[in-house]
Amino acid sequence: MGNFLVWVIWIGAALACISTAVAVISFTNPFYSALALIGNLASLAVLFLLASAEFVAAAQILVYAGAVMVMFLFVIAYLGGRADAPWAGGPRWLQLGAFVVGAAIMIEVIVALVTAADGGLADSAEISRSFGSPAEIGRLFLTDHLLAFEITSIVLLVAAVGGVVLGMKSSAEDDA
Amino acid sequence: MLGPSTTWYLAVAAVLFGIGTTGVILRRSPLIVLLSLEIMLNASNLALVGFSRHFASVDGQVFAISVMAVAAAEVCVGLGLIVAFTRRKMALDVDTLTELRG
Repeated sequence: MGNFLVWVIWIGAALACISTAVAVISFTNPFYSALALIGNLASLAVLFLLASAEFVAAAQILVYAGAVMVMFLFVIAYLGGRADAPWAGGPRWLQLGAFVVGAAIMIEVIVALVTAADGGLADSAEISRSFGSPAEIGRLFLTDHLLAFEITSIVLLVAAVGGVVLGMKSSAEDDA
Repeated sequence: MLGPSTTWYLAVAAVLFGIGTTGVILRRSPLIVLLSLEIMLNASNLALVGFSRHFASVDGQVFAISVMAVAAAEVCVGLGLIVAFTRRKMALDVDTLTELRG
């Protein structure tokens, strides 16, 4: 019974995930696209929870669906609701080419996964109760992955400085 | 493991990645291109979390959180660029943004 419930929730979340992703790339209004992306991130968080990644799911909701998307919505509101047709301009073969390339990459990834997995992904390892808890992730960040942790902080600092520099008024703007 | 096996996670991740790629190639507004990039990054996150569950190793989740931090940095710089384009009254169209071309 528990297994059936997990399957139902998983399939529901996966379908929501894929349909909102399609909505993101097909809405003409960027505001609706950003709202659809929030739904996408929330249903991904459900999938993370079902894979026992509780901390990643919480961080997904807080960082992505919260902070990053608020930034997106703020910029979209600042720019005004300029609708842009999904595939306005450009010759017809270009649109067709985009679909072909997207489908080709998808099929390539699936084929690579199927040949690499080759039935070896059927049964997964047993996990302990503390798997994916904040304590365990924090311990890994401060021991095995300390360098990645420090580099991440530098990347975030550089991005913040870059955002400020891009937002500064420059003299070139006066004659632009 | 309750529910679907790792293969299902990877299948959803591959479909999401394909949708994101199509969005990046198809759309002209840099805003939607950034949103599609987020979909691609999240697809890779889903694969990382799925593999982390499969091998019962938390390292995958640590990578997923690092990817999230990098995505936040990317959005910060990308949105800063878009706002700078708008203030210089440049068209928000990835086909006409050719100022940097030599």
